[in-house]
Amino acid sequence: MSSRKIRWSSWLPLVPALALLTGILLVPLGGTFVRSVSSPDLTLANYEHLFTDGVTMTVLGRTALTAAVVTLAALLLGYPYAYLMTRVSPRARGILLVVVLIPFWTSVMARNFAWIIILQDGGPVQSAFELIGVDDVVLYGTNAGVTIAMTQVMLPFMVLPLFSTLGSIDRKLLLAARGLGSSPTAAFWKVFWPLSRGGVMAGVMLVFTLSLGFYVTPALLGSPQQSLVAQLLAQRTTLLLDFAAAGALGMVVLVITLGLVVWANRVGGTVSAIGVVATSQPKDR
Amino acid sequence: MTRQTTAELTATPRETGRGTEIRLESVTKDYGLTTPAVDDISLTIEPGEFMTLLGPSGSGKTTTLNLIAGFETLTAGTISLDGADVSDVPPHRRNLGMLFQNYALFPHMTIAQNVAYPLRQRKVGKQEIARKVAEVLELVQLTGRDDTHPSKLSGGQQQRVALARAIVFEPKALLLDEPLGALDRNLRAALQTEIRRIHREVGSTFVFVTHDQEEAMNLADRIALFNSGRIEQVGTPQQLYAEPETLFTARFLGDSNVFELGRTALGSVVWEGESWAVDPATVSAHPGVPSGCAIVVRPEDVEVAGGRDAVPAGANAVRATVRDVEYMGAYRTLLLTIGERGLFGRARISALRGDYAIGDDVVMWWRPRSQRIVAA
Amino acid sequence: MSTPVRTRRRPDTIDPIPWWLKVVGGLVIAFFILPTLFVIPMSFSSATTFQFPPPGFSLRLYENFFTNPIWLDSLGNSFLVASLTALLATTVGTAAAVALSGLDGRLARLVRTVLMVPIVSPAIVVAVAVYISFLGWRLTGTVTGYVLAHTAIAVPYVLVSVTGALGGFDQRLLKAAASLGASPLKSFVQVTMPLISRGILTGGIFAFIVSFDEVVIALFLRSPLFQTMPVQMYNSVTVEIDPTISAASSLMVVAVTIIFILPQLLRGRAGSRREPRP
Repeated sequence: MSSRKIRWSSWLPLVPALALLTGILLVPLGGTFVRSVSSPDLTLANYEHLFTDGVTMTVLGRTALTAAVVTLAALLLGYPYAYLMTRVSPRARGILLVVVLIPFWTSVMARNFAWIIILQDGGPVQSAFELIGVDDVVLYGTNAGVTIAMTQVMLPFMVLPLFSTLGSIDRKLLLAARGLGSSPTAAFWKVFWPLSRGGVMAGVMLVFTLSLGFYVTPALLGSPQQSLVAQLLAQRTTLLLDFAAAGALGMVVLVITLGLVVWANRVGGTVSAIGVVATSQPKDR
Repeated sequence: MTRQTTAELTATPRETGRGTEIRLESVTKDYGLTTPAVDDISLTIEPGEFMTLLGPSGSGKTTTLNLIAGFETLTAGTISLDGADVSDVPPHRRNLGMLFQNYALFPHMTIAQNVAYPLRQRKVGKQEIARKVAEVLELVQLTGRDDTHPSKLSGGQQQRVALARAIVFEPKALLLDEPLGALDRNLRAALQTEIRRIHREVGSTFVFVTHDQEEAMNLADRIALFNSGRIEQVGTPQQLYAEPETLFTARFLGDSNVFELGRTALGSVVWEGESWAVDPATVSAHPGVPSGCAIVVRPEDVEVAGGRDAVPAGANAVRATVRDVEYMGAYRTLLLTIGERGLFGRARISALRGDYAIGDDVVMWWRPRSQRIVAA
Repeated sequence: MSTPVRTRRRPDTIDPIPWWLKVVGGLVIAFFILPTLFVIPMSFSSATTFQFPPPGFSLRLYENFFTNPIWLDSLGNSFLVASLTALLATTVGTAAAVALSGLDGRLARLVRTVLMVPIVSPAIVVAVAVYISFLGWRLTGTVTGYVLAHTAIAVPYVLVSVTGALGGFDQRLLKAAASLGASPLKSFVQVTMPLISRGILTGGIFAFIVSFDEVVIALFLRSPLFQTMPVQMYNSVTVEIDPTISAASSLMVVAVTIIFILPQLLRGRAGSRREPRP
C-alpha cells in the first residue's frame, strides 16, 4: 500500500511535461494522421496521391539529394575542424568552440538574411566572381545557394557531436600505430577513423534529418520552382488549405525522420549526441 | 566505567529524557529478488541503548537502518518508536537523526547553516538557533569555524559537523550508517571515542551500522549480527564473542578453531578419531539441528604441548603440525595444520611457554569448558 | 643556449598538427563567422534596398527600428512570448528532470526519450500540425498559443540542461535533508535548487532563445494583430523589402554574442574570486 503511494508521487512532477507534450504535440500530430486517412473518406487516397501527383516524389527526391549534399559538405568541413579542436591547446579550443556556438545561437533570420545579402544579384559573391572573370554567377534563387547557406547553418550540428567523440579518443593509439610502422595516413584510417564512427554517425544523422524538414532557408533563398518538401508542405497547408493532403505529406516526412533517428540510435547511441547538441544550441526551431 | 549498562539506562529513561525505544516486529523488505533483503526480523532497541547492526555487506543491516529511517518502505511488519507505529510515517516526520558515510553536508551552506538546518525546519527562534548551534559545535569540539564551507574541512571535521547537525534537534534516536567508513585508521579510533562520549552525554538511542567487527565491539552496548537478511544473534559484545550460538557468529567475531561434527550425540564427541569430552554448559546448539554442529575454540584458549603425556587429564586434544609462528611481543601465535585433512588452526600462547619451530609435531589441547558447541 | 630551445620543440615534431589542417580550420572559421558579419555594415546603410555594399551610411535603419510601431510591437511581443515560455518551460522541464533523476527502469527511459521527441521532429511538420489544431482551438494569433507551442519545443532543452546539472548532484543530500525534518518540497527548494541553479538558469536561457528565435511555428500562428520579431523579419524580406531587418539582425547578433560571452566572463571572475580564499 504505502510503497505504491510513494511510487505515484515520484512520477507526479512529470505530469505537466507529459501533458504539454501530449496536448501541444501528440494530439495535433495524431489529429493530422487521422485527418490524412479519413478525409474526405476512410481511405489511403491521400497517400496514394503523393506517389501519383507527379510533384511530391520529385520534390522529395530533390530534398533528399539536397540534404545528402549538405550532410556530405558538413562532414567534409566539420570533421577536420572537430579534429583540429582536439589537437590545439585548451585556450585555442575554447575559442574554436565559441566560434561554433555564437553563430549557432545567432538568430536564424539574421543568418539567412546575411546569405540573401551575400548571394543576391549584384551582391558580394557575384562581384567576387566577376573579379576573376566569371560573370553572371547567380546563386540566389537556386538550389546551389540554398545548399551553401544550409551547410553553414547545419555545420554546428556536425561539429559538436564529432568534437565530443573525437575528444574522447586516446591519441596515444595513433602514435602506437605509427610506432609499429604505419604511415600517418594509414594510422589515421586504421585507428582513428573507426573509433570516431559513432560521432560521424550522430553528426550525419542530425544534419540529414534536420535538413529534410528545413523550411526557412529554402523558402528565403530558393525558388518556388525548385522547392523542397517543407515549402510544399507549407504551401499545401496555408495556400491550398488542403489539410488532409498536407497531413499525409507531413506524416511521411515525420516517419522518415523519426525512422532515421531510431535507426541511427540503434547503430550508435545518437540520442546522447542530441543531448550534447541540445545543451549548446537551439536552431531552426 | 566506560560503558553504561542498558539496565542503568532503562531504569531512568525519563530522566535522561531522550532515550527512545525502537521496536521492529516481523520486519520484512522484499525487492522481488530470490531472497528478501530483510527477512522477518524482530528486534527491540532499548531507550538510550547503543545498538550496533553488524554484518557482511548484503546482509540486510543497511536496509534495516533505512527502514527505521523511513527511506525504504516495509513489505511486511511494523516499526514503532516508543510504542507508536511509524511504519507509514515519511522520513521527515520521524524525528530521527542520521549520519551518513559520505557526511552528506550541504555544500552550499556554511557549517553554522548546516547545523541550523534541522532547527530551521522546526521553526525554532533565531536566538535559540544561535545558542543551540554554538552549544552543539562545542560538544563536537568544532568551534570558530561557523562561517566555513564544508569543503574546506577535513573528512574527520566534516563528520563532526554532520554529527552536530544530526543531534542538535534532539532527535528521538540517532542512526549512523557506517559513518567512519571513509576515514583512515587513526581518525576512526579518535571518532569512535568521540561518538561514545557524545552518546553518554546526550543519552539518546544510537543505532550504528558497520561491517567492521572491531568497531562494533568497541562501540556497542549490544550487537545485532546480521546474516543473509536475518539476525543471527543479539547480545553484548562479550556474549557474542564468548558464547556464540552459531558458527557464523563465531567466525565473524574474532578468530576460531572450528571442528565440524555433523549430526552427533552429545556427552562426548568424536572428531577424526579423537574422542572429546563435552561440558553441557557450553552447548548452544541443539544436537539435532539439521545442518549439524561444530566445536569452536578460541586461539587464546588453546595450549600446545610437545606430546600426549604433557596434556592434563580431562582436556581435549588433537595432533597438529606447526606451519608458521607469528611473534606478537608478549605472546606468539602458532599457525597449525590439524589432523589428516589438514584443517587450519591457530593457538595463541605465552612467549614464555616453550619454543616451537616450523615443522614441529605438537599436540594442541583445551579444557572442555572453553569450547563452544554451535549450530553449523 | 640552443639546448633548451631544442628540448622545448621536440614534442611538437613527433606529432605535429599538419599545416593543411590549420588552413582548413581557418577557412571553416571564416565560413562560420564572416557571412553573418555582413549584416552589420548593412545596418548602417542609407539605401532603401538590400544593396551591398551600401551606397552611403546613416543611422536611419536604427531610427526606423526604434520608432516604427510594427518593429517595436513585434520586438515587445517576442520578449513577452519568450519570457513566458522560459518561465513555463523551466518550471515544467525542471520538474520533469528532477522526477526522472529519481526514477529508474524501462518506463522512465521511455518517458525521457518521448520528451526529447520535439527536438528531432521536423519543425515544419510540427508547425503545420499545431497550426491546424490551434485553428480549431482558437489559439492562433494569441499569446497563449505562442507560449504553449514554444514551451512544448523548449522543454527538452531545459530537460537536458537540468539533467546535466543533476548528474553532479548527490542524491544522498536529499536523504540527509529528510532525516533533518525537511519535507520533499522544502528539500527541493532549499537543497536541490541552489545546487543545480546553474543548470536551471542555463535551461531557462535556452528556452528563452529557442522561443525568441523561433520562426517556423510563429509564421503559421501569426495574425495581423500579433506577430513576433522573427516573423516581422521574414515579412521584411519576402513582402516589404524593408532593410530595417539589417538593424534588427545586427542588434540580435550583438545581443546573442553578449548573452553568450557574459556567463563565461562571469564564471571566470567568480572562479578567480573563490580560489584565493584561505
